[in-house]
Amino acid sequence: MKLLLKVWRQKNAAAKGYFQDIEANDVSEDSSFLEMLDIVNESLEAKGEEPIVFDHDCREGICGSCSLVINGVAHGPKKATTTCQLHMRTFSDGDTIIIEPWRARAFPVIKDLMVDRSAFDRIIQAGGYVSTSTGNAPDGNAIPIKKDIADDAFNTAACIGCGACVAACKNASAQLFVSAKINHLNSLPQGKVEAESRTLKMTQQMDKEGFGACTNTQECEAVCPKEIEMRNIIKNNRWFTKSFFSQD
Amino acid sequence: MSLKSNCPTGPVEKRWEKHKFNMKLVNPANKRKYEVIVVGTGLAGASASASMAELGYNVKTFCFQDSPRRAHSIAAQGGINGAKNYQNDGDSVYRLFYDTVKGGDYRSRESNVYRLAENSVKIIDQCVAQGVPFARDYSGLLDNRSFGGAQVSRTFYARGQTGQQLLLGAYQALAKEIDNGKVQMFPRTEMLDVIVHDGKAKGIVVRNLVTGKITSHTADAVVLATGGYSNVYYLSTNAMGCNVTATWRAHKKGAFFANPSFTQIHPTCIPVAGEHQSKLTLMSESLRNDGRIWVPKKKGDTRKAKDIPENERDYYLERRYPAFGNLVPRDVASRAAKERCDAGYGVGKTGLGVYLDFADAIARLGKETISARYGNLFDMYENITGENPYETPMRIFPAPHYTMGGLWVDYNLMSNIPGLFVIGEANFSDHGANRLGASALMQGLSDGYFVLPYTIGNYLADVDPKQRLNDDSPEAKAVEQTQLDKINSLLNIKGSVSVDSFHRELGRVMWDYCGMSRNEEGLRGALGKIEDVRDRFWKNASVTGTGEELNQNLEKAGRVADFLEFAELMVHDALDRKESCGAHFREESQTEDGEAKRDDENYSYSSAWEFNGVGETPQLHKETLTFEDVQPTQRSYK
Repeated sequence: MKLLLKVWRQKNAAAKGYFQDIEANDVSEDSSFLEMLDIVNESLEAKGEEPIVFDHDCREGICGSCSLVINGVAHGPKKATTTCQLHMRTFSDGDTIIIEPWRARAFPVIKDLMVDRSAFDRIIQAGGYVSTSTGNAPDGNAIPIKKDIADDAFNTAACIGCGACVAACKNASAQLFVSAKINHLNSLPQGKVEAESRTLKMTQQMDKEGFGACTNTQECEAVCPKEIEMRNIIKNNRWFTKSFFSQD
Repeated sequence: MSLKSNCPTGPVEKRWEKHKFNMKLVNPANKRKYEVIVVGTGLAGASASASMAELGYNVKTFCFQDSPRRAHSIAAQGGINGAKNYQNDGDSVYRLFYDTVKGGDYRSRESNVYRLAENSVKIIDQCVAQGVPFARDYSGLLDNRSFGGAQVSRTFYARGQTGQQLLLGAYQALAKEIDNGKVQMFPRTEMLDVIVHDGKAKGIVVRNLVTGKITSHTADAVVLATGGYSNVYYLSTNAMGCNVTATWRAHKKGAFFANPSFTQIHPTCIPVAGEHQSKLTLMSESLRNDGRIWVPKKKGDTRKAKDIPENERDYYLERRYPAFGNLVPRDVASRAAKERCDAGYGVGKTGLGVYLDFADAIARLGKETISARYGNLFDMYENITGENPYETPMRIFPAPHYTMGGLWVDYNLMSNIPGLFVIGEANFSDHGANRLGASALMQGLSDGYFVLPYTIGNYLADVDPKQRLNDDSPEAKAVEQTQLDKINSLLNIKGSVSVDSFHRELGRVMWDYCGMSRNEEGLRGALGKIEDVRDRFWKNASVTGTGEELNQNLEKAGRVADFLEFAELMVHDALDRKESCGAHFREESQTEDGEAKRDDENYSYSSAWEFNGVGETPQLHKETLTFEDVQPTQRSYK
């Protein structure tokens, strides 16, 4: 395959960015999107030019490192797929592909296609955990959990923290990410004890980081590679209201 | 130098308890005076950081990813072993211990393995308490499944994403301690070297990957939890960032590297499709519970799988190993696949593949059940290959996966450099020559939650925190300078060949001569080939940009440079071991029916190598292994 890439290049957060046209020739349709970029980078390196910077690691769709807005869609055109799992057979010979970083005030660009998602870590640090210390936990089966609750908790816990929900939202809202973690922990008996304080603290941190508010556009659900559902946000709003009233 | 394992004596089931009692304690009021550094935030590093912080130590934690949540442990799919015997199928701590020693082909320490099995039970409880959403049955109790190498159901799982869920549990515990101010977290920071002063580990030198700035961090003890090195093969199941740099540079500072040639080749990966490929994707071993592995009986059969009738299929694992069938351990399953493909029975375009077929399981259990068990893996397979595994069998082939070798550590998980601890996959201690499925997560968490937090106290009790080096001491500055020089020499190569192409070349040498099977001649030839690639790398690698900025090309170059040195050590280790054991198959040492033949008389030891200089023959130290509880026998799965 032969492709024309329009790639966002930006030296650092302060510099002005621009689109660079790069031709990609001899692209195998079996290669992944990132492998296609690897090959482009190798040819840039061999010419002594700076390769395109992007985040990636496991390339199995689970670490959440990879990002990229591809032709205007976070993680590209395929449903429930991370960029690293997007394969070139999805595209056609001769296509032009526009590649941009996540765009959100809370995710500043570091370089080219790489952004700083540490705001997500700070939200988890604000209460996205169960306050148990190591050792002396009761037997695992001492806390039976109904299968549907366990399955539901798993569905929300499956969030990989990639930030596509933020990138896709016109308000750059982090509600889908935050609500997934809150509902995962709040729905389990182990996490219920701290449900209200967790919800409040995580929500406050989210606001502090500069994410926007949810306007029910549902774009987050549409692009989520792990199919985290919008209804988490609705459930979360309920938790939030509760937490608001239960504070001293 | 003699290697002291510091293993306790007495009945194996009492050793850890006895050892814990005999270790020195640090007074709670004194713990806050100590600084501990942890490098890596996978299962081992995150759990260790959180647990030590909970005890009161001040912890500084480093990872090269943008967030500690992205460590490669996150990719583990199948599950974690725990000898709970919830199934009442005869499991016990002793049986897990026995299976692990046997599975490792009698090349691990009994004391360590027993402790691992003992802790396995507590790990499950700890993770449940953190809210890890393990699979549950309809009564609300924890569910189990069986895994390769075991005949009992002792593996706890969270769909096909167990590693992710356990890592998030540990990451959240770490986040809690960051919030408490007891852990200072440094993401996007790579360790470049260890600061050794007075023969003891006193800190590390790091590079901030965003700004390029090189700084020192001093401490009273350093913990490496930096994972494995199977990316030495270029193509492996590891994440792209996995590397040997931290452990290799510690090795160059005097830490012994143990059993480097013990690298596990995982039997169920998606086969290589072409030159463009950057990594190999694992299909969880749990698939072997329901999938049947076969190849056509006829050589070079090009018919589609569905057109090959039942009586023309060779279910070779069931044929050769009737007792374990498709559940034989990884080394056995991998070699058997290679044997069939080498003999010309392989499937797919390259002939390097065998079928993993779910047709029987779908007929027996229904598509829905299979989808509930393995749905995400099936989707992933279809994404990568464009084939639907519900309709046509998966094609699989062995690929480099977990590395059993690592820095040598004693029973306290301390290397031969006092104050330098090594945990998880980065050390060598618990799996011997082969790791059983669902045991990697177990070891990472056992080391991090339940071993290191105790044993580090025993070391720190004798350390005076007032003697700690300063970050800007001359000792630290000198190490910074050597690292700056190294970076400059990489940037000054100014060649025209991409770093990746050298890495690929090295990988091919390692796969061909130090991969699934090895022989004397091939290994001797590999030494020269590695040297040749290394020489050309330093003459002609293209490393662009500068050191004072974010430079992924430079990061990669530093890691590949280390692989190019480390690969030689792997080959030396494989050459020394003239026996077959576990994942190490020396062609000169096999039984009449082609199974690995161990030589306990001459090779019942762990190899611990001392660095003698790049390109120089390293010096071998042997830690003799003794077995009191599990008598070494020929490993048979027939």
